[in-house]
Amino acid sequence: MLIKKNLFAIIFTLLFALLVVGVVAAQQPTPSDDQVNAIAKQLYCPVCENIPLDVCPTTACAQWRELIRQKLADGWGEQQIKDYFVQQYGARVLGTPPPKGINWLVYLVPPVAILAGIYVLYHAFRSWRHPAQQVNPPSSIPGPSAEVDPAQDEYIKRLEDEVHKR
Amino acid sequence: MLANLGYGTLIITFLVSIYGAVAAYIGARKNQPSWVDSARNAMLLTFPLLTITALSIIYLLISGHYEVQYVTEVSSSSMPIYLRVTALWGGQAGSLIFWSWLMSAFASAVTLRKWDRDREFLPWVILISLVTLAFFLILSIFVENPFVSFWQSATGNITTAMFQPAGTTLYLPQDGNGLNPLLRHPGMIFHPPMLYLGFVSFVIPYAFAMAALITGRTDDRWIRITRRWTLVAWLFLSLGLLLGGRWAYDVLGWGGYWGWDPVEIAAFMPWLTGTAFLHSVIIQEKRGMLKQWNMLLIILTYDLVIFGTFLTRSGVLSSVHAFAQSAIGPLFFAFIGLTFVASLSLLSRRWNDLKSGVQMTSWFSREALFLLNNLLFVGIFVVCFWGVIFPVISEALGIVGQKMPALAGVFTGQKVTVGPPYYERATGPLFAGLLLLMGIAPLSAWNYSTRKTLGNAIWKPSVASLVVVAVLWITGTRSWPALVGFGLCALVTFVTLYEFWRAAWARHKTHEENLLQALWNLAGKNRRRYGGYIIHLGVVLMALGIIGIELFQTETQGTIPQGGHISLGQYTVQFDSLSVFDTADGRNVARAVVSVYKNGKYVGELHPRRDYYYESQQPMTIAGVRSNMEDDLYVILVDWQPLSTTGATFKIYHNPLVNWLWLGGFVFILGTLVAAWPDKEPEMVVLRKAVPATINPRLDHVD
Repeated sequence: MLIKKNLFAIIFTLLFALLVVGVVAAQQPTPSDDQVNAIAKQLYCPVCENIPLDVCPTTACAQWRELIRQKLADGWGEQQIKDYFVQQYGARVLGTPPPKGINWLVYLVPPVAILAGIYVLYHAFRSWRHPAQQVNPPSSIPGPSAEVDPAQDEYIKRLEDEVHKR
Repeated sequence: MLANLGYGTLIITFLVSIYGAVAAYIGARKNQPSWVDSARNAMLLTFPLLTITALSIIYLLISGHYEVQYVTEVSSSSMPIYLRVTALWGGQAGSLIFWSWLMSAFASAVTLRKWDRDREFLPWVILISLVTLAFFLILSIFVENPFVSFWQSATGNITTAMFQPAGTTLYLPQDGNGLNPLLRHPGMIFHPPMLYLGFVSFVIPYAFAMAALITGRTDDRWIRITRRWTLVAWLFLSLGLLLGGRWAYDVLGWGGYWGWDPVEIAAFMPWLTGTAFLHSVIIQEKRGMLKQWNMLLIILTYDLVIFGTFLTRSGVLSSVHAFAQSAIGPLFFAFIGLTFVASLSLLSRRWNDLKSGVQMTSWFSREALFLLNNLLFVGIFVVCFWGVIFPVISEALGIVGQKMPALAGVFTGQKVTVGPPYYERATGPLFAGLLLLMGIAPLSAWNYSTRKTLGNAIWKPSVASLVVVAVLWITGTRSWPALVGFGLCALVTFVTLYEFWRAAWARHKTHEENLLQALWNLAGKNRRRYGGYIIHLGVVLMALGIIGIELFQTETQGTIPQGGHISLGQYTVQFDSLSVFDTADGRNVARAVVSVYKNGKYVGELHPRRDYYYESQQPMTIAGVRSNMEDDLYVILVDWQPLSTTGATFKIYHNPLVNWLWLGGFVFILGTLVAAWPDKEPEMVVLRKAVPATINPRLDHVD
C-alpha cells in the first residue's frame, strides 16, 4: 500500500515536472534590446534616410525595432529579418547596396579609378625619370660617322647637356 | 520697411557685382586701368552693402518681425538673443546671404592687398569672385529671398510675397516656430560659419589660378600669392568639420562623431582635394612640377565647394540635414557645370605651357611620396563622391530598365543606401596608407633620396614602432586593424619627434641656444614645415581617438526600474530617479539621474535627458557623458514610463580614447595656425625660395 502510494506520488511529480518543463520550453524568452539593436544597427530607417534603425529616435523606428523583437521572439534568424525588411521596404534599408545588377558599379568604380591612378602615376614616374629617352630614343642618336651639320651640332650639344644633367 | 531696405541693398549688390565683373573684363581686355580700378571699387562696395543686408535680417530676427517668413521659420520669442542672431545661418535663405557676405568680405580683402607686382591678375580675380558672388545673389533674390513676408487676403488666405499683393494686408503671426533644436548648440553656432569661411576662402586660390591661366602667367606666382589664403581656407574647413563632429557627438545622440551622411561628405570632399592641393603645390614650388595637376586640383576643389553647398541646399539627397532643402538644385547644377567646363577649357588652352621639363630622379624622393599622398587623397575623394552620387544615379538609371525590359533586372531604379559600412571599408586602407606616408615622407629628401638613404633613415623608427605593437600584443590587444593603426601612429610620432629633435639639436650646437629656444626659433624660421609636422602629430592623436571609438566601442541597452542597474564592461550604471518638467523657454524636459560605478567604485552622477520643443515639436537627446582621456561613458535616455517615472530605458556606449580625437583636433588647428602665420618679411622669403631647387640638394632637404 505504501509502495503504491509512493509510486503514485512519484508519477504525479514526474508528470507535473514534465508539464512545467514543457510550458517553459514553449515560452521563448523576450529578446533583449541588445539582440534587437544588433540587427537594427545593420538596417537603415526606410523613412528617415541615412539613420541606422538602432539610433533613430522617431516613433516609426521604435515600432520597427519592436517588429524585429517580435520576429526574433518568433524564432526568426538575422538574415531572415533583414530579408523581410528588404522585401517590405526595398534595398534602401540595407547599409550597402546588395551586389547585383548596376549596384556592382558602387563597388567596382573606386578600385578601378584608384588602379587607373596608380597606372598613370607609374607611367608619369617613368617618363619623368627618363625624359631624354622618350623624347629622343637612343636609335636616333647619330653615330660618329654621321655627316656633321650646324643643326645636328646643336642637337648633340643639347643631348649631352641632358645626359650631364642626369 | 527694414525688409525692403535689406532687399533693396541685395538687389543693388547684385547690380554692383554685375557691373564690377563687366568693368573688370573691359579693363583687362582693353588694358585700361581706370576700368579695373572701378571694378575694384565695385568689389569693395559689395561688402558694406551686404553688411546692411545681413544686419537687416539680424535686426528682424532680434526684434521678432514674424511677418517675415524667414523670421517665423527660424526664431521665436522664447529664444535668447544670441540664438536669434545665429539664426541668420539657421535656415536656407539666411545662410545663403551669410555665404555671400563672407564671400564679399574675403574678395574685398584680396583686392586690398599690394598689387604692384602682379597687377595683371587683379581684374580676373575680381571678375571670378564677382561672378561667383553674383550667382549666390541670384539665388537669394529670385529663389530663396529671406525678406519675403506673409500677406492675408480678405478671405483669410495667407500667402507669401516680397511686395504686397493687391487686396491683402500684412499678416503678423504671434510667434515664430523657433530654431531647429538640433541647431541650438555651441558646435552648431560656430560650425556653419567656419565651414562657410572655408568654402568661400577656397574661391580665392581658384580665382588666382584662373587669372594665371587667362593671362598666361603659368609660373608658380599664383601659388605663392595664394599659399596663405589656401592655408586659411583649409584651417576654416578643418575647424568646420571638427566642430561638426563634436556637435554630432553631443547632440545627435548616437554615440558617434561622424555618420558618413551625404552632407558631412559634401564638406569633407573639398577638404580632401584641398589637402592634396596643399601638398602638391609644394612640389611645384620646390621642383617646378605638376603645374597641370595643381590647376586640376584647385578647379576640382572650387567646384566641390559649390557642390557641397548644392548638396546641402538642393534636396537632391535626403539626409539628417534635410532642414536645408529647397528647389534650387537646377541652378546649382547649371553653375557647377558651367564653371567646370569653362575652367577645364581654359586649362586645356594652356596645357602645353604648363608642361615642365623637370625630371624626377628617384622613386623614393619627397616629391614621389607626395604624389602617392595625392593619389590616396584623391582615391578617398573618389570613394566619397561615388558613394554620395551613386544612389541618385542608380535611381535615375531605372528609366533604362523601364524602356528596355530586357535590362530591367540590371537597371532596377531601386533607391539604395550607401552607408557607413561602405565608406569605412573602402577608405580605411587608404587612410592607413596616408599614415604610412606621413611616417616615411619627412625622412625623404627632395630630388635625391634613394632606397638606401630612406632605408637608413627609417629603420630605427620602424623598429621602435614594432616594439610598441609588440607591447600592445603582449598586453592583450588582438585586433589586427588596431595593431596596424597603432603601429602606424607610433611610426609617425617617432619620425616627427625625431625630425624636431634632430633640427633642434643641430641648432642648439651651432647657435648655442637651449633646446626649447632652438625649437621655437626653428618653427619661426620655417613655419610651414614645422606647422605641417605639428599637424601630423594632431592627425596621429585624432587617429588614436578614431581607432579607439571605431574598433573598441561597446554598447548595451536595457530597461530598468528605479534602483536597478545595467553593466557594460567595467562600468555599472544605476538608475536613481527621473523628473519631467516644463521650462520657461518652451521645452518639456525628461531628466534622469544615474550613478556610475567603475569596477564597483562610485565615480559620479550623470544626467541624460530628452528635451521636447513644443514650438517645433521636435525632440532632442542630450547624453550624460563621463569623459576622460581613457574613455567616455555615454549614457542616453531612450525611453521612460510617462506616468510612473519608475522605469526607464537607457542606452550606454563605452567609447575608448575618443577624447584624443578632440585633443588631436586642437593640435591640428594649432599646427595650421603656425603654418599660416604671416612672415615678418614675406617678400624676402619669396626671393629666397625662388632659387632653383636643383642647385643644392642638401639645402633643399633642409627646407
